[in-house]
Formats: sequence, C-alpha cells, structure tokens
Amino acid sequence: MVDHAAVGRSGDWFEMEIEKGKIREFAQATWSTNPSYLADPSPVCEPTFLTTMIFWQGPSSNPWHEVAMDQERGLHAEQEFTFFGAPPRAGTRLKARSTITDVFEKEGKRGGTLTFAVMVTDFLNENGVLVAQSKMTGVETSRPPEEPS
Amino acid sequence: MTAPVPPPLVVGPITMTDIVRYQGASGDMNPIHHDEAFARHAGFPSPLALGMMQAGMLATWATDWLGADRIRRFRVRFVEQVWPGDILTSSGTVAREYEEDGEQRVDVELVCRRQTGGVAVLGWATFCADERGALS
Repeated sequence: MVDHAAVGRSGDWFEMEIEKGKIREFAQATWSTNPSYLADPSPVCEPTFLTTMIFWQGPSSNPWHEVAMDQERGLHAEQEFTFFGAPPRAGTRLKARSTITDVFEKEGKRGGTLTFAVMVTDFLNENGVLVAQSKMTGVETSRPPEEPS
Repeated sequence: MTAPVPPPLVVGPITMTDIVRYQGASGDMNPIHHDEAFARHAGFPSPLALGMMQAGMLATWATDWLGADRIRRFRVRFVEQVWPGDILTSSGTVAREYEEDGEQRVDVELVCRRQTGGVAVLGWATFCADERGALS
C-alpha cells in the first residue's frame, strides 16, 4: 500500500562518479556501438545512464522505500532525464539528492485503482550547478498483472 | 537541418542473457526480471524485460541519429510488457524544429514496438544544434 505521507521526503545527499568503464558497460548493455560512448577519451554518458545512481545511493539517500510500493505489484510507469547542457562526461563527480514529489491515484482503463509515485533526483556538478535531473514515476496496481498480449 | 532519419534499430529475439546483462549494468536487480519462481508468484508467466532496457534501445537509436552530446531531454512511457523471445524495433520521427534561448532545437518522438506491432515504449526527446547550428 502506497504511503501518501512520503511526499516531500528527501534522502541524504550522495555522490556519484561518472566512470568511463561504466559508460562502456552500459553502452554495450543497450546495443550501442556509438564511438561517443565507446571511443571518446572522455565520453558523455548515455541518456538513461543516470539510472545507475542505484550503485551510489545508499538506503539513507533513497527515499523511494518510504513510498512503500509492493515489489510484486509495482512497475516503472515513466522515466525522464533532463540535461542542462551536454550529459555529464566520464570523470565528473556529481552530488545528488532524491525527493518524493508526488503520490496520486488514477482509475485504470480496465478497472482497479492505480497508485502513482514520483521521485525527482537533482544532479549537481563540482561547482554546485544543476546539470541533470531524473524523474521516475512508479505505479502500483490494485490487482495482479494481466496475462501478456 | 536535421540529419535524415536512420533505419530502425532491430534487436532480438531478446534472451535472458540480454536481460541479466542489462540488470548488472544498470544495478536494478529486481528478481521479477530473472527469477522464474518470483515472476510466477507475482502473476507473470515468466520473467519480463526491464522497461529501462527498451528505453536504452531508444536512446541508442536516437543518439546515433542526432548526437550523444546534444541530447537535452529524454522521456519514456512504458506501455506493453516485453518478454524473452520478443523482437523489438526502435525508431522515431521529427515532431518539431524550433529556436529556444537562442539555440536551435528539435523534438523527436520515439517508439519501440514488439513483433506483434504492439507498442512497448513511447519516447520523447529534445536535441540541440551544435555550435555551427547544424542538427547532426
């Protein structure tokens, strides 16, 4: 059961280093052969790469658990990344913080209530400038998933 | 001017190895994507692929087209679930070319489809022009 009281909760600040080898691993896992990720001496990260913040975000910096979404009925609904300039390059040390910004309900098209929760993560560079933002929307269904089409 | 739209990125049939490799790379180790018993208990017929893996395919295709360092926004909505054995086709179109904050920009719409024709992921991305004002 999703907890509405989670809205407004932030995790602790955490550090995330953008690493060349991780960019390479991530590019290969997403079918990329782009030299911008694989050959550039100082590659930018792939547009969805900041999802790897999971390796840097400890329990105290991740407020998502306060949403208390059921892992069996919880699914990723939407994801957005915004870059205020080119995406961060390998070698960049980011400082980040995640906040639960919204919890809301919608009636599902096939009946049942869907509960959505939104977590926004701000990424600042070494100078404290906001360089990227991640917005994750999760959804919990009120009944078991349907059979695949 | 925006570069011509490249051919779609076709990936598959998706294997459990593809899924596990993406899970290791991304750090999302949710067992619903690789643990048969866990997936069944949750009501699924088998483990399912990660939406973010398909989002990565769209990002791969879009940045090959318009430039890895020129992306400014990337948004996806997960629609249909993707299963091992699926063949996925990622492509997109230009939605709008415009100027913002003195910079030339292009919005593109992206779609990743299953072999059934069903939409797995919808995407929206914004790219900016390079210093010469050219979009790729």
